[in-house]
Amino acid sequence: MARMNLLQAINSALMIAMEENEKVMVFGEDVGYFGGVFRATSNLQEKFGRGRCFNTPLTEQGIIGFANGLASHGSVPIAEIQFGDYIFPAFDQIVNETAKFRYRSGGQFSCGTLTIRTPYGGGIAGGLYHSQSPEAFFAHVPGMKIVVPRNPYQAKGLLLSSIRDDNPVLFMEPKRLYRAAVGEVPEDDYELPLGKADIVKEGSDITLLAWGAQVEVVEKAAQKAEADGISCEIVDLQSILPWDRDTVAESVAKTGRLLISHEAPMTGGFAGEIAAAIQEACFLNLESPIARVCGLDTPYPLAHEKEYMPDELKVYEAIVRSVNF
Amino acid sequence: MQDRDHLSNVGITHTAKIIANGIIDIPMLQLLQADGTSFEEAKLPDLDQETAVKIYETMKFIRVLDERMVSAQRQGRISFYLASTGEEAASAASAAALEPQDLIMSQYREQGALAYRGYTTEQFMNQMFSNEKEANKGRQMPIHYGDKPLNFMTISSPLGTQIPQAAGYAYGQKMAGEDAITICYFGEGAASEGDFHAGLNMAAVLKCPAIFFCRNNGYAISTPSNEQFAGDGIASRGIGYGIKTIRVDGNDALAVFAATTEARKIAIEEQCPVLIEAMTYRLAAHSTSDDPTGYRSKDEEEKWRQKDPISRLRNWLISKDWLDEEKDVESLEEMRQDVLKQLKLCEQVPVCSIEHIVEDVYDTPPWHLQEQLSELKDHIRKYPEAYPATAGRINNG
Repeated sequence: MARMNLLQAINSALMIAMEENEKVMVFGEDVGYFGGVFRATSNLQEKFGRGRCFNTPLTEQGIIGFANGLASHGSVPIAEIQFGDYIFPAFDQIVNETAKFRYRSGGQFSCGTLTIRTPYGGGIAGGLYHSQSPEAFFAHVPGMKIVVPRNPYQAKGLLLSSIRDDNPVLFMEPKRLYRAAVGEVPEDDYELPLGKADIVKEGSDITLLAWGAQVEVVEKAAQKAEADGISCEIVDLQSILPWDRDTVAESVAKTGRLLISHEAPMTGGFAGEIAAAIQEACFLNLESPIARVCGLDTPYPLAHEKEYMPDELKVYEAIVRSVNF
Repeated sequence: MQDRDHLSNVGITHTAKIIANGIIDIPMLQLLQADGTSFEEAKLPDLDQETAVKIYETMKFIRVLDERMVSAQRQGRISFYLASTGEEAASAASAAALEPQDLIMSQYREQGALAYRGYTTEQFMNQMFSNEKEANKGRQMPIHYGDKPLNFMTISSPLGTQIPQAAGYAYGQKMAGEDAITICYFGEGAASEGDFHAGLNMAAVLKCPAIFFCRNNGYAISTPSNEQFAGDGIASRGIGYGIKTIRVDGNDALAVFAATTEARKIAIEEQCPVLIEAMTYRLAAHSTSDDPTGYRSKDEEEKWRQKDPISRLRNWLISKDWLDEEKDVESLEEMRQDVLKQLKLCEQVPVCSIEHIVEDVYDTPPWHLQEQLSELKDHIRKYPEAYPATAGRINNG
């Protein structure tokens, strides 16, 4: 075990993956000698050479198009999109190509070895284009997997699983926690399963569901609610697609209440999908309407960031409303 | 870290002179005249009789297939078709210059390259009828061929997406030390997509052993090339990206073969991309959903019919005494019979079983796809008459 922040944990996973398989290649804007604008790819070029860790021209559609070709060749590309906000130029390559490659060819060709890493989320004064959480856009795309870790331990284990998984994975890293989240992380190789939610804390009165940096927020809200005598069960979804409906449904069957929280805007956000599926699976167990505490249906603002964010006070208020319904 | 100076190759001037059109002179390589005789000064490629005849036979077969299948679509037997009439030399002769280990990425009008590789009449038919013998499992529209054993990447409809993919695939070939390249075909319309810019720039910067082969046939559906670009075609752009570039007469099979042979040699030896712009004309309608009389004249088409790539090569083969005219007529009739026979056989083959609807989305169907399949099967069992293609074949599991 070693103490690592989230970036160091990601760097450690990339090191292990590149050491074990010479077909693993890491590329994107500024990831080469410089080691990335957040330094997630530090020392990789030094260690594995310019052939396997390299800068690309500044073109997101090019990066993902190139990655699709490389993956279909049988190489193992790990492509970085500098900010989740800039993944949209590659939307066509991801939605129409990456995700459909295997299906449309009857399994003859696939992009299964591809992993796309991208920092996401707000709370860093990033304004409109350094704060977005685009997971719901991709949750509507059959063929993709979407994974979001909440701390360094999850980040390393989930990233290693994503790289080795034989399906294309969008791996979204909560950049607010890059240096803020520090924890014990095994230096050796380990994996955490994709498609599985993680029960962070058991409780009996309400289920709080979140992912990524938002898990920390609901934990703080839960502490406040527990002081009022409300017992909260906290579930980290970890995988957005495919998501672990059974674990969530089991928790809601026990608590009878569900609150889902994400930074992304409410309308069309992934909480909507979860709420619909859980009311269908747990209709007879629910004692209050499923609550969603999300970002506003606005672009992500700079000056009003604090007001925009679904912070612990907003989550706490929703917990109290839900329990008193 | 290395020191770099982005001015090191920049010359200096003291006059504010704006660079105008026509600075770069890109001629078109032409070896055969329209009647099939070679230009006196032309340096013909090293092409043996067997290969030359195979190129010719492939072009002839594609012409037969295209004619028959356009009719089949009009009769409602297949849902869609897309002919390559007039452009057979561009695909067949370029494929002939490749090695079997080279990957082919196609746009959709390069059936000649696939036929040259050995895709059979039956395989063409199975794909067009989306039946259960088809490699894509009937999931894509007709013409979206793909065949792993022949190193022919499955075609997709979104234009230009295969261009940066070709750069990535070629980079993988280079890193694996393979004696192979990637060829990527696309039309001049697709070259207006952002993926063209992204792909060529990445291939150049990352030194990918790929041939980018543009069929400039004058039209993108109804849009003539003067509404597509204002510069000197597609070739001039290759030079801007620092890519070795050649323009060739796409209706001259010998010129296409010569250019592609040279391009492959450069791509392999120097591990870098090459751009070929083949000038040709889309004699066919864009597809069976298009009627070109709405946007171009019969006179214009007639002018290009005189430059037919098939008769041009046939005349040259005859002049070399490499083709027997009587046998040529016989084999044309055999091809027509073969196409008709396979058409009748393959349209009878059923579609895949319903389980295939959720397979290959992922490596294995996750819980939600299994659940959706199970509900769908229950529904089909309840209303079998509404789903005749699959109802009779549902297992009871």
